[in-house]
Amino acid sequence: MKLTKIAAVLAVTTLVATPAMADLVFPSLSYRTGPYGANGIPFADGYSDYFTLVNERDNGIGGEKAKVVECETGYNTEKGVECYESTKSMGALVYQPLSTGITYQLIPKVTADGIPLHSMGYGRTSAANGKVFSNIFNYPANYWNGASIAINHILKENGGDVKGKKITLLYHNSAYGKEPIRTLEELSKKHGFKLTLIPVDHPGQEQKSQWLQIRREKPDNVIMWGWGVMNQVAIQEASNIRYPMDKFIGIWWSGSENDVIPAGDAAHGYKALGMHAVGSDFPVFDDIKKYVVDAGKAAGAGDQVGTVLYNRGMYAAMLAVEAVKTAQALHNTKAITPAMMRDGMEALDITDAKMAALGMAGFGPSFKVTCENHGGPGLGMVTQWDAKAKKWNQISEYGPSDATVINALIAEDSAAFAKENKIEERCN
Amino acid sequence: MLYREAGDFKTTYAKDQQTFPIAFDRRGYFLTLIIAFLVVPFLVNDYWLNAILLPFLIYSIAAMGLNILTGYCGQVSLGSGGFMAVGAYASYKLMTSFPDLNMIIVVLLSGGITALVGGLFGLPSLRIKGFYLAVVTLAAQFFLVWLFNKVPWFYNYSASGQISAPEREILGYAVTGANVLPWVSYLFCLSFVFVLAWGARNLTRGANGRKWMAIRDMDIAAEIIGVDPLKTKLTAFAVSSFYIGVAGALLFSVYLGAVEVGEAFGISKSFLILFMVIIGGLGSIFGSFAGAAFMVLMPVLLKNIMVGQFGWAIDLAAHFEFVIVGGLIVFFLIVEPHGFAQLWSIAKEKLRLWPFPH
Repeated sequence: MKLTKIAAVLAVTTLVATPAMADLVFPSLSYRTGPYGANGIPFADGYSDYFTLVNERDNGIGGEKAKVVECETGYNTEKGVECYESTKSMGALVYQPLSTGITYQLIPKVTADGIPLHSMGYGRTSAANGKVFSNIFNYPANYWNGASIAINHILKENGGDVKGKKITLLYHNSAYGKEPIRTLEELSKKHGFKLTLIPVDHPGQEQKSQWLQIRREKPDNVIMWGWGVMNQVAIQEASNIRYPMDKFIGIWWSGSENDVIPAGDAAHGYKALGMHAVGSDFPVFDDIKKYVVDAGKAAGAGDQVGTVLYNRGMYAAMLAVEAVKTAQALHNTKAITPAMMRDGMEALDITDAKMAALGMAGFGPSFKVTCENHGGPGLGMVTQWDAKAKKWNQISEYGPSDATVINALIAEDSAAFAKENKIEERCN
Repeated sequence: MLYREAGDFKTTYAKDQQTFPIAFDRRGYFLTLIIAFLVVPFLVNDYWLNAILLPFLIYSIAAMGLNILTGYCGQVSLGSGGFMAVGAYASYKLMTSFPDLNMIIVVLLSGGITALVGGLFGLPSLRIKGFYLAVVTLAAQFFLVWLFNKVPWFYNYSASGQISAPEREILGYAVTGANVLPWVSYLFCLSFVFVLAWGARNLTRGANGRKWMAIRDMDIAAEIIGVDPLKTKLTAFAVSSFYIGVAGALLFSVYLGAVEVGEAFGISKSFLILFMVIIGGLGSIFGSFAGAAFMVLMPVLLKNIMVGQFGWAIDLAAHFEFVIVGGLIVFFLIVEPHGFAQLWSIAKEKLRLWPFPH
């Protein structure tokens, strides 16, 4: 009796919850709660605010309003499935789950449903091979680029020779953290450094033993693949054992204000990779202030504008909007379908002129997506935290990663996936 | 008026001892089966399947498994998540090593492998009980998750440590992978639920179930009347692990498609299943279903009401969800410590007298 009642109420609510399908729908599988919330909030705010800006300033994309449907996943894959299923019937154009675990889960699903998935700087790295992964995109850079850029930075600091040096990878013990291991192993063979792997289990609040090991082994560099509360704890622990901060490099997911501020002055000099510019010194932020924040339409508390992860969310939204524009031009229609969106993403061409027109000149590198290459150029740079000024500074130019090592690994991993799932290569 | 025993005469022992002795119950049961097998498959869509029905069915199996161990045999276990992981990884290894093996056999074998592992971790239960046994099963939980993370053979040396279910077919219909039709995976899981629930019900009211309950109620007395504690406790661990292993295999292969052991089968999963059993009712098959339904449906329902109807911010809704679900658990445990199953039987008692209670 109870069950039937619940089911009846549920049926009514799910029916009512489905909105009209006229707008361009962008689901935001965000997480504003749980141990990863501190990093999930700014990204979700930036993603949502950029669409609000486009709606308010440009009256939508090509005259068609954008609608962001937010769904809380809590970085949990089961909730991610629920969010995916509840939003896909609304005409979702592109998914950006901001979780490598959920990305892995969605790869076969979106491919079967014909919806594109954009995992910007996360997810399955070998999805860069568009010949195998028709609907998955991970431009402009991926984990393996990140691993290689971090090693390149260490190489540069050591005058090009890291033979016999000890480098430690401190990683989140999940698909996310394990992604760079293969690349780092290949690079350690190539450059002759000694790689030590230290996993940290979810959520990463307890890292005493890991840092004890680092204190004992005294590695020359520590590279971190952390997310959420793990970042803050690691930086705090590093300062506790007085590990030199400028030898400690995080991936772009371990380099936001939320990660370094809790450690205070001790975090000064901590480095993190970046795939787009830091700070709010771009004309687009004036527009966001005018049309979104001051108009009271900001997502969340509206206090994240200009932080690293806010910028990343905004950058992701900007790339989605540009892909929609490309798709609209390509198919000569305003109301595009997910399949057209996929074509738009595959034909995406981000030029410096386009970025300048958007008020984001120099915010990210220019790049072009092709049928074969869904991964973009894989450029990255290094940023460093200034604890006195409380801001991130870019300390290197955008540099390339080791393409010979990475492309071979991508080809190998995607071929294994294609074989497992009997996928024919496209783009021939 | 409708729900009564009066006038329902039994002329054989078999009829007297059937699972649903009251005609109204029996008709309700058959009606539920007909709807579940013949009506729902025509109505089910992706959302209903993946958000509600599949998790409900799969967690029901897991809850039944834990109920056999904790509810019927009285052995507390906090290792359900780890045992589900055994089922999931066993099915993954079987699916990838023997691509032509029928999925039904894969799932059953995964359950069998989990039963062996469960029996192994059940051995200490002969010496220790209560909190100490809970700690041993907790150790099993952490050991198994560590093992599946540490040994690359279990995830076929994949770069990310994830396992993903390849596509497998039964009678030409895909049951795993992305191209599966909603009704196929629904019927696949429902068939397992039906057979396993039927099995559990009959196991628990037969000689084995009575032995388990004797051990639960007082192990020394049970031993005196001739119940072998070794055999009884180990069968409880094995049967319970079989159910939990089947649930883990289905959770991985049919529902999620790709899992990461630490995230999908962590300690929180063990607690989730334990809550299902406690809220549903210890020592009751119906309770397992009710508990699973409560823990699966409540969050989805609350989310749809708060975000879909009231339009609240999603983080506020997510936090409120914790508050409300937690509050409801406390409320039910205070009002009815024996769970939904007890509420249901009280309701039935009242219905028998309705509309003329004395």
